[in-house]
Amino acid sequence: MDRRTILEELKKVLYPYTENKELLQHIDDDTNLVKDLKINSANLVDIIIDAEAKYNIEIDFDSAEKIITVGNCIDAIAEKIK
Amino acid sequence: MKNEGRMSRRVVITGLGVVAPNGVGVPDFLASIRQGVSGIRYQPSYKDLHFNSQVSGIPQFNWDLLKNYVSEITFHGLQGHALGYGIMAALDAWRDAGNIVGGSGGETLWETGCVFGSSASECEVVKKIISRVDAGEAKKLGSRVIEQMMNSSITAYISGRLGLGNRIVATSAACATGTQAILMGYEYIQQGVARRMVVGSSEHVDPYIFGAFDSMRILSRKFNHAPEQASRPMSQSAGGFVPGSGSGALVLEDLDFALSRNAKIYAELLGGACNSGGQRNGGSMTAPAAPGVIRCITDAVANAGVNPNSIDLISGHLTATVADALEIQNWCLALGRNGCNFPPVNSLKSMIGHSLSAAGSIESVAAVLQIVHQFVHPNINLEDPNPEILRQIDIGCLPTTMIEREIRTVAKANFGFGDVNACLIFSKYNQNG
Repeated sequence: MDRRTILEELKKVLYPYTENKELLQHIDDDTNLVKDLKINSANLVDIIIDAEAKYNIEIDFDSAEKIITVGNCIDAIAEKIK
Repeated sequence: MKNEGRMSRRVVITGLGVVAPNGVGVPDFLASIRQGVSGIRYQPSYKDLHFNSQVSGIPQFNWDLLKNYVSEITFHGLQGHALGYGIMAALDAWRDAGNIVGGSGGETLWETGCVFGSSASECEVVKKIISRVDAGEAKKLGSRVIEQMMNSSITAYISGRLGLGNRIVATSAACATGTQAILMGYEYIQQGVARRMVVGSSEHVDPYIFGAFDSMRILSRKFNHAPEQASRPMSQSAGGFVPGSGSGALVLEDLDFALSRNAKIYAELLGGACNSGGQRNGGSMTAPAAPGVIRCITDAVANAGVNPNSIDLISGHLTATVADALEIQNWCLALGRNGCNFPPVNSLKSMIGHSLSAAGSIESVAAVLQIVHQFVHPNINLEDPNPEILRQIDIGCLPTTMIEREIRTVAKANFGFGDVNACLIFSKYNQNG
């Protein structure tokens, strides 16, 4: 699965946690989940849990802590499903 | 007519919200209590669970409507019926009081607080957590579990949505919870701590709580075939209570504060009392001690500064157990009234069952509505009044159809496990005091 495909799927995971849905249309690797998408930092764990369920993968706590941007998310997912 | 010692601040009711088995929202609830509409239904799943009682009062609640009450992000992952009922009732009351939800413009409302009660954690929700953790999957619980398992979850959601900045208190006093929460809100305003309080309580009787009550053999079990007849307070054929779920909420305000914002005023809360019989003198974990109940009612009347003879209506606790006759006796002794001199008495539980911690708040909403619209709601299923009750009060005090009459002052009481009592005195608002 290429990064483009993962990005499109990731938008669906982020959707319920993003107040302003329009912001999701223009996200890229550098988009900061908390600062740019205004996602509540407490919800980052829910996003990881949802992504784990969606791709049937496990993202360990240490990897999860490094997830700050959309690019970090894609990296974590891509590494586990390759 | 007011007590000399009574502080000058008056507390009025400016908003009402209700989620009840016979009506969600004040208009539907009002129509139902006028007409004596039962909200008790047969629950097929209770038969499969081998419960003796298979009826209960569950609100016809459209969960998706909560999208109009909380943000989409909050709605995603929201669970727990009592939480949903409480959010809806409290925010409805807030809007009814002429306010906009989230309308504080990012400011904290330092003068407004919240006292909201509940009885037990929701076992259905707890069960999901236990299953996850026991399966070694605690990691999958996510961020939303703790905030919804806190005893203060309902007050946390309400105060956050409304931006409330005064006392935020989650309470629990079994079946006296709702009445006690309202009294606490009243006291904060009386003491000058707060100028406005959102008060109420919420309950969801899930199968686990229901099963535990069923095992105590105190539930109505002989009307599974005729659920609307199952809740029979004060009747000879009363055979236990019917559990109910729902929530009631009121907005209480310092009169001056309400007048300054031109709020509509439904009624005045003149005062009340809350105590315990101490589980002595006939009181126990499950039974109220008569001296405590009598003292609670007389204290409430004194605190409100009213003459016992001026009470036009009693909204009783009256759950449809053997305690009903004793309760009537306690009212007679506390008010010094009996026979034809006793006021009309009604039990909302005949229509919606006993919603435990939510009983006091839903019944208080009903009490205020009876003052606003000047009527006495009927006691349904009271074709055969308990002779022990008729030895104390005239049969005319037990209306079985709706009566339109002048209602100026209503006494509302509830009594809970642990021998806790609470009594409120509501009155028609008179601008001259």
